[in-house]
Amino acid sequence: METASKMGQVTTSLTPAKKIDWIERLFHGLFFISAMVGVISVITIGWFVFYEGLPAFKEAGLLNFIFGREWLPPALYGISSMIVASLISTVGAVLIGVPIAIMTAVFLAEIAPKWMANIVRPAVELLAGIPSVVYGFFGLIVIVPAIEAVFDIPAGNTLLAGIIVLAIMILPTVITISETSIRALTPTYKAGALALGASHIYTIFNVLLPAAKSGIYTGIALGIARAIGETMAIIMVMGNAPAMPGSLLEPARSLTANIAMEMAYATGIHASSLYSTGIVLLAFIILLNAGLLYLNRQRGHA
Amino acid sequence: MKKVIGLLTAVGMMTAPLAQAETVTVSGSTSVAHVMEVLAERYQQSTGKNVEVQSTGSSAGIRAAKDGTSMIGMSSRNIKPNELTPKTQKIVIARDGIAAAVNKANPVSNLTQEQISKIYRGEIKNWKEVGGEARPIVVVTRENGSGTRGAFEDIMKLQRVVNGHKVTAIAATAQVGNGNGMIKTIVANNPYAIGYISLGSVDDSLRALSVNNVKPTDANIAAGDYQIARPFIALIDQDTPQNAKLFIDFIMSKDGQRIVAEEGYIRVQ
Repeated sequence: METASKMGQVTTSLTPAKKIDWIERLFHGLFFISAMVGVISVITIGWFVFYEGLPAFKEAGLLNFIFGREWLPPALYGISSMIVASLISTVGAVLIGVPIAIMTAVFLAEIAPKWMANIVRPAVELLAGIPSVVYGFFGLIVIVPAIEAVFDIPAGNTLLAGIIVLAIMILPTVITISETSIRALTPTYKAGALALGASHIYTIFNVLLPAAKSGIYTGIALGIARAIGETMAIIMVMGNAPAMPGSLLEPARSLTANIAMEMAYATGIHASSLYSTGIVLLAFIILLNAGLLYLNRQRGHA
Repeated sequence: MKKVIGLLTAVGMMTAPLAQAETVTVSGSTSVAHVMEVLAERYQQSTGKNVEVQSTGSSAGIRAAKDGTSMIGMSSRNIKPNELTPKTQKIVIARDGIAAAVNKANPVSNLTQEQISKIYRGEIKNWKEVGGEARPIVVVTRENGSGTRGAFEDIMKLQRVVNGHKVTAIAATAQVGNGNGMIKTIVANNPYAIGYISLGSVDDSLRALSVNNVKPTDANIAAGDYQIARPFIALIDQDTPQNAKLFIDFIMSKDGQRIVAEEGYIRVQ
């Protein structure tokens, strides 16, 4: 702020300004307050979840809570089956969704003629705006019966149904961010590779994608965060049985579904244990972000 | 300027409760909310007074009545003494049967209480054991703490004791749906599913089973022949505003009880 007011006076005098520039101050304050909204929210949510969740950790014991296999409130609080369900559904969604998303991003940025990109891109962006309850309903009416028919099982509300719905849900996030980061590369990379005689496909896989890596990682991380945090759609298609799933064709309950389904009714330690489930979820997301930071830093050093 | 804004806010905060006092707030059991919404609508039509119904679940409804966050709490399960203050009144406004329901394509139309209990414990796993097709049974249940589930477990003796706590005996592999609507959707779309829902919510998308050869009808529930039934309870505090008491009077009146019956529940007056 001081620098700015000095600049204005440079032509007349070099003595520091005596008047306080209120507009400058106001905007500094405004920016600072805006920046604090996010930070304060995170701190408040974290504090609240820990405050509410700790009694359940004390009651059940941290290890019993995380590794226990039986969820029988108010006697036993074990969420290992839900941790497994959340992890498998997220990993599955990433394995299916990310390759499709990256190929779509390359298609949009490099291969598609302009008119076609102008059709595909809005379609993808529209996918991002669809509410998750609609994805859930789509899963329940289309994917669940399809799984019943294909695998000849009595109920299609399974982990697999959850994976497929999540894979579709993470597409727009990963596609949009990957495409933006590929387009943001300086054209000299592509021009240089082509000039050296590399084919277009070779250039995409060996020059453009590695160069856009950090943006793509960010897209994947946001996709994972969406998948692990998704609740409504998962409740509708995954069956929510609190038992350890024996295969992809069995129902399972994710961490988020556990919180959302039982919150309305829970009291006492049971309610607290749902906040503890939230702590575990928060821990996963922190690990994820830390992993992303690490990966991007590695790249920076290389 | 700051003072003016502060003053306005303060005035706003003071007048807001006055405006809301006109509205009767009701919250609790999703099953009771089903009939309560209709009652509220008719009450508004005839008296012009506002009633706001929220379906949050029995436990939340009991809590709301206890802390006074709602004027009236709704519960579809029996209430433990430690959940209430001595000043809270319990009023049974209706009775409801719980129907064990299957898909319309399912040939099974009657089960014994014992068979249903075994299906939910996971001891009977195939429809052919109870006279149906040779297909696995898809068991669908409500979430822990739901009033319907609590009442169903109570009546069907689906409880066991673990570590000194009473817990559910329903198999952990059973699918869980939250809300009557979700159970209905699952059972209506899956020919091998069995679920239980409030009898008032049964429509022609699925079929309610006879239990011990007794059909789940109002007459059979009122006569005590159909065993899977429970009370719908309204909870009010002695100090609750007059408005809320008037609404309860309306529910217990002839008109109110007629609406209860029209909605498929059993009148208590």
